[in-house]
Amino acid sequence: MRGAKSAKWVAGAIVVALTATACGGGDGGDSTTGGQPEGYISVDVGEPQKPLIPANTNEQLGSYVIQAVFTNLAEFDKQGNMVMAHAESIEPSNGNKTWTIKIKPDWKFHNGETVTAKSYVDAWNWYANIENNQQNSFWFEGIEGYEDVHPSKEGAKPTSDKMSGLKVVDDNTFTVELTEGIPYWNYKLGYYTFAALPKAFYKDPKAFGQKPIGNGPYKFEKWDHNKLIKVSAYKDYKGPNKAKNKGILFKNYTTLEAAYQDLLSGNLDLIRQVGPKDLPKLNSDLGDRAINEPYAAVQSIVPTFYNKELKDIDPKVIQGISMAIDRKTITEKTLQGSRVPAEGFAPKSVKGGQSLDTDVFTYNPKKAKQLIKEGGGLPGGKMWIQYNADGGHKEWVTAVCNSINNATDIKCVADAKPDFQTALDARDNNKVKSFYRGGWVADYPLNVNFMHDLYGSTAEANDGQFRDKEIDALFKKGDHAKTLEESIKAYQEAEKALVEKMPAIPLWYYAANGGHSKNVDNVELDFRGDFIMTDITVK
Amino acid sequence: MGRYVARRLLQMIPVFIGSTFLIFSMMFALPGDPVKALFGEQHIDPVQVAQIKQNLGLDQPFMVQYWDYLTGLFQGDFGTQIASQRPVADVIADAFPVTVRLALFSFVFLVAVGIPLGVIAGLRPNTVTDRTLLFVALLLVSVPSFVLGYFAQYVFAFQLGWTEPNVQDSTNYGQLLLPAIVLAALSLAYVTRLTRTSVAENLRADYVRTAIAKGLPRHRVIGVHLVRNSMIPVVTFLGVEIGTLMAGAVVTEGVFNVQGVGRTVFQALIRREGSTVVGIVTLLVLVYLAASLIVDLLYAVLDPRIRYA
Repeated sequence: MRGAKSAKWVAGAIVVALTATACGGGDGGDSTTGGQPEGYISVDVGEPQKPLIPANTNEQLGSYVIQAVFTNLAEFDKQGNMVMAHAESIEPSNGNKTWTIKIKPDWKFHNGETVTAKSYVDAWNWYANIENNQQNSFWFEGIEGYEDVHPSKEGAKPTSDKMSGLKVVDDNTFTVELTEGIPYWNYKLGYYTFAALPKAFYKDPKAFGQKPIGNGPYKFEKWDHNKLIKVSAYKDYKGPNKAKNKGILFKNYTTLEAAYQDLLSGNLDLIRQVGPKDLPKLNSDLGDRAINEPYAAVQSIVPTFYNKELKDIDPKVIQGISMAIDRKTITEKTLQGSRVPAEGFAPKSVKGGQSLDTDVFTYNPKKAKQLIKEGGGLPGGKMWIQYNADGGHKEWVTAVCNSINNATDIKCVADAKPDFQTALDARDNNKVKSFYRGGWVADYPLNVNFMHDLYGSTAEANDGQFRDKEIDALFKKGDHAKTLEESIKAYQEAEKALVEKMPAIPLWYYAANGGHSKNVDNVELDFRGDFIMTDITVK
Repeated sequence: MGRYVARRLLQMIPVFIGSTFLIFSMMFALPGDPVKALFGEQHIDPVQVAQIKQNLGLDQPFMVQYWDYLTGLFQGDFGTQIASQRPVADVIADAFPVTVRLALFSFVFLVAVGIPLGVIAGLRPNTVTDRTLLFVALLLVSVPSFVLGYFAQYVFAFQLGWTEPNVQDSTNYGQLLLPAIVLAALSLAYVTRLTRTSVAENLRADYVRTAIAKGLPRHRVIGVHLVRNSMIPVVTFLGVEIGTLMAGAVVTEGVFNVQGVGRTVFQALIRREGSTVVGIVTLLVLVYLAASLIVDLLYAVLDPRIRYA
């Protein structure tokens, strides 16, 4: 029986090999089922990339969970106005240099600890400290003493663990001293990066990142990695946005298409974005349950002024290229109505958004040709649009190039980089050939955010290296204005000036294309295009 | 035989080190910075980036990084993900069981359906049955797996309502059935064709004639003599296939929402999570090696003329 003996060896080898490769058919031991508890709503939000710490989350996936678990000092309404949430008041004084923040008393973290002014101050000091590696640490820049906890020189150690500009006055009041007055500084406080942390956090930040404890409308229940995150409505919540449902399941799907299938079959309540495959039938599938709404984010193509062709270019040429792009047809046909043609640098939906009296963003091939000619033409006569091929940009980049090719004598070529990382690399190392695809999602709903952080000479995101003294002076004027209104006005002036300088060619604003199931009602989006989860009701 | 197995297992060690080195250097050579990408399309703080890199040891030269990785590996430490800060071992432990279940399920389907179909066709070569099976096999081979996937979803989940369109729970074999079949469909054609050719050829072999002449019953001639000897090319293919089923299921996993290895490695690659990619791919290399060892040993079981010492 040689066969049988060999078979024994085979079996032995299988066992050894499988255990050696650590895949002995071990079970994950998970018991997640498709069913969702009564009164809960489910939404397609991918697996958050990072641990759930407010200052370490900047992607949409994690931010959904953070926003459910934490309540900020202030929030924004749909018009971009600030409304107080946990703060009683946020008042500037001393020429917008000192900000006094009063919080509503007796709020509790979900573990029972009272939220005090100290909970905020300690948290901010921790977030800003360079050694804690928080991605959003730069948000605390501008606070007195930031340099001490976050030195601007690479490799330098912090000299303190506290920012001198933060002072606790009493349990419910603290003050913030800025290095220079900024009239719109309070707008930053609507970002969850400024959330308070309970004492339990400092004992074990790592564990906290897996199971955050906040002061928000929902209490964190569990994180089943790659499957779902569950939060439940917090009974004792005192804020204005108390949950109108019993809880949320944030489900992770491998693809937008898979999530959409589940929405159709009733296993999922909300979907923020459907894939290109399902976009054409979204409205017919869902009827009035489909959501098509623009939000505060812009897509542009940005010239890189370090290239010799573009270094001393007449802005008229860029204006001409802008007018050679048929935004309306591309957004309707190529992008199937999922974008809204841009009419300026800042979307109209944010505070300070305005109608610019210009035709630079309107398709006009004749005038485009004329402007390019007047401006002396594009040296070399060839332009590239760099984009990352992993983000579904190929179609519109090609369409934009075709539009330019047809309308002008400039030869436009799409320059694909395999993924976002590679594209970013080229941007960082000044290797972009002439134009790159730039996207920007609002941090706060203010026109300032679409200009100051993109086109200021020293702005970190200014990868096109646009440098203009006149524009810098206008920005500075806005930053040094006495009131928020004046500041917004100054930036509106700056936007008008930007049209003459063209640091970028805005193409269109983003829109959310999603929908909801028959089980839920009252579905609305905020300025960032996120669902307002607390308001959604279960039928 | 025991010595042979031991030798083969020992040979895996240099292959293991070699493959980690190769994959590690490939990941290192890729353009793109995983730490910078964490910041997305927003403000990037270069000082913070430098600090994070220093903490993760990503500012070190290549050989130092590789050495750190390797020494960690021998202590059972697969490293830590850059973005999620979870141990890579946890990420692997999440994804592998799902994929192993799916791969084994479709493998069983492949064997249980593919081989019998091949035998049926092979016993009656060039008849209507044979040609019909050939046609079906060719059809399945030529349809891309996502088309097949969406089609199956549409028919079985939405039209007939027999099953959920997506996998909600990866331990539920009922939900895994559809993706497993779609995954197996492509290879099914190969298995059927290989079996058929091999059986049809051996039908004319001397030992089969001898067996029939000895007066053995038909089921014994086919079962023991014919099919067993015809299995060698099929087993070779199946051995490689088990690795492919595990690693190459990205598309099918995407269609049916299976959170498996294919997806994980794809995502890690996009995000430049080097240690995750190296860890998973190395494990897959080991799966391939183990499968080929099993195949070699099976040769001895199937064909008495082959021996190992």
